[in-house]
Amino acid sequence: MISALLLAAIVAAQDTTAGKTVYVKWCAGCHGDQGAGDGVAAKYMIPPPRDFTGAIYQIRSTGSGNLPTDADVLRSIDEGLPGTAMPGWKERLSDRERRDVLAYLKTLSTFFADTTLRPQPLEFGRAPGGGDEAVGVGRQFYDSIGCRKCHGDLGRGDGPSAPTLKDDAGHPVFAADLHQNWLFNGGETVEDIYHRLRTGLDGTPMPSFSDLLDQKFLTDTELWGVAQYVRSLSPRDPPVVRDVIHAPLIDRGGALPHAPDDSAWTSVDAYWFPLVGQVIRKSRWFAPAVTGVWVKAVHTRDSIALQVSWDDRSESPDSAWLEHVGRLLTLLAQDDGAPEQAALWPDQIAVQFPVAIPTGMERPYFLMGNSSAPVYQWRWVSTARSAAVAGLGRGLERFDPIANAGVGAQAVYDHGQWRVVFTRALASPDTATQLPFRPGRAIPVAFFAWDGSNGEHGTRMAISTWYFLALDEPVPARVFISPVLAMVLTLGLGMLVVWRAQQKTSYRRQQ
Amino acid sequence: MTGRIFSVVGGMFLLTVCSKGDNSHVQAAPPAVDPAPASATAAATAGGTISGKIKFTGTAPRNPAIDMSEEAACKSKYTTPPTEENVVAGPANALANVFVYVSAGVPAGQTFTAPATPVVLDQNGCRYHPHVFGVMVGQSIEIRNSDPVLHNIKAVAKKNRPFNVSQPSAGMKTTRTFTAPEVTVNLQCNVHGWMHAWVGVRPDPFYAVSGPDGSFSITGLPPGTYTIEAWHEKFGTQTATVTIAGTETKTANLTFAAR
Repeated sequence: MISALLLAAIVAAQDTTAGKTVYVKWCAGCHGDQGAGDGVAAKYMIPPPRDFTGAIYQIRSTGSGNLPTDADVLRSIDEGLPGTAMPGWKERLSDRERRDVLAYLKTLSTFFADTTLRPQPLEFGRAPGGGDEAVGVGRQFYDSIGCRKCHGDLGRGDGPSAPTLKDDAGHPVFAADLHQNWLFNGGETVEDIYHRLRTGLDGTPMPSFSDLLDQKFLTDTELWGVAQYVRSLSPRDPPVVRDVIHAPLIDRGGALPHAPDDSAWTSVDAYWFPLVGQVIRKSRWFAPAVTGVWVKAVHTRDSIALQVSWDDRSESPDSAWLEHVGRLLTLLAQDDGAPEQAALWPDQIAVQFPVAIPTGMERPYFLMGNSSAPVYQWRWVSTARSAAVAGLGRGLERFDPIANAGVGAQAVYDHGQWRVVFTRALASPDTATQLPFRPGRAIPVAFFAWDGSNGEHGTRMAISTWYFLALDEPVPARVFISPVLAMVLTLGLGMLVVWRAQQKTSYRRQQ
Repeated sequence: MTGRIFSVVGGMFLLTVCSKGDNSHVQAAPPAVDPAPASATAAATAGGTISGKIKFTGTAPRNPAIDMSEEAACKSKYTTPPTEENVVAGPANALANVFVYVSAGVPAGQTFTAPATPVVLDQNGCRYHPHVFGVMVGQSIEIRNSDPVLHNIKAVAKKNRPFNVSQPSAGMKTTRTFTAPEVTVNLQCNVHGWMHAWVGVRPDPFYAVSGPDGSFSITGLPPGTYTIEAWHEKFGTQTATVTIAGTETKTANLTFAAR
């Protein structure tokens, strides 16, 4: 009742003329002057901006193919769509402006004028709870209703149909990586996921599963279980970026965990570093597939091991993704003129350090150094997966490999995830070009990733900024003993003073 | 329930079978449920008939082979490797799966009642049967899954509302209708990227789909001058003008250029 009144109030307050002013100023750059999703910036984003002329909205509370409610569209305007270029406007535009622009959006399609199409939200109910058992049931139905076809056996968006997915306009679209709920277009909660299962994401390949309930192929609790299972794949909270990777000293008789799935890694803290497209130098890349890397590091007295893991829908090079690459290269604006031909590129990762641990704040240019201040890099390519190449980066265009650099690598590809372990001695054979690792110092580190099956190679890649790696030192025994000694000494001195004072007092009394 | 907006009571089997427009799939297909006829109501009405043959010039592009290795249940339904059905050619360059309809000439304001019988679209062997069909505005389309695998059925439309629903099990049925004329709405399965069907949605019963020998027949036309348009998914459209004076049968042969 209250929401109905609220809705009536919202409708009454909408002003399409004022809405157009807001739209032209803030929205048209991406969504286009006529709302056809063809603004000047449209060719730089995947997924492309919404085409409002067809009134097809992904995020709704209504059944598949139905118009969204005002509240549905307002939510997308207010909160934005995570995992896309659409930001939230709650902070930038006033309530009035957002309602006006909503009213204007609805004039861009004739469907909103059709009174027979009045949107009615579906009845969703509440999450039934159920904990681990519900998650187990959800896993079972995740398999039986075919989620794995696109989202993959472990949910990383690497299912057999994933390379072929296109939206209504024929643009390439990824199946969501269900391990990254903070990038879900429609929100990260179990309720959000359940709503998407019921409504589908119109315009995309994601269908509605409501018919399964109507036809009793599935109970509502079981569909909630699927949502609960999907939610369980992501961390409890979105990962927080911590600037310093702590590499503990491990004592396993001096043996490093060379293998990516060595059990020693399970007890090591993982650090998340987000990656973004390289849009600084030509040719730029606006659609990186690798959204970030998880990094773990350990060291022994003489060596270091660094494990880098990242979700990647394809074990490149993979011909199944070739057409996807072609569609992507055709769709996105390219710096070099004509679209490049799709090819079978490999996956790659690069870990970057300075050549020497800096003494001040100065670090080499983060984007692979430059000719005067090179960077020291470890590079790994999926076509030579048990090897790494070390070398000096002198800008994006120049990488000079170093012979016999002593950097090892082992890698596994497992259900949509690469895990690569780099190893090297702490000491450097040549301190002029290859960083010596020293415990107790903050060592700058940065990461670069390429998904070959997403058209990434050369300067088309995902990049990070500088972070730090610190090799933790074992705490010397004196750190623990000194305070105890100091306390004992202080106590002793104090007692001495008191004893002396008492001696004097009793002496006076005797007199 | 908003989800019911498009839904009409379904579940009836076909009672009448019309002579034209069906059997448009000619390949070694699985034992499919016979597809619905293209137009079910016009046959009983007296009037003129436009019939003809659809042909094409040039060389038909090869239909790509379908890799069904991920779907053993579908693959096992074929004795010869299945291909897509983009261009289904018959003898002497006959062209099947062409949607032929009267695009102009039906008096404005004349309304036609949609048949109560639904058109059946079957998903069998990971292909659609029929591949091209017509339906009247408001007429039900009953979408069935005869495969024990997940299919989603997505309608990509401009004048109609789209939909995208899933059928993870054999035996599922979904009934949908379209509310506005549109030639054509594309139905697709995103799990199986090769699966496409095309629906011509018309406000009147004057349409047909060319058979394996390229022939079509539109019946029950009142006297008048008509534009007929033929639509093919790869070759585009062709038009012809035909004048019907009485209960005669006029011939209109249309020829596409392969591309």
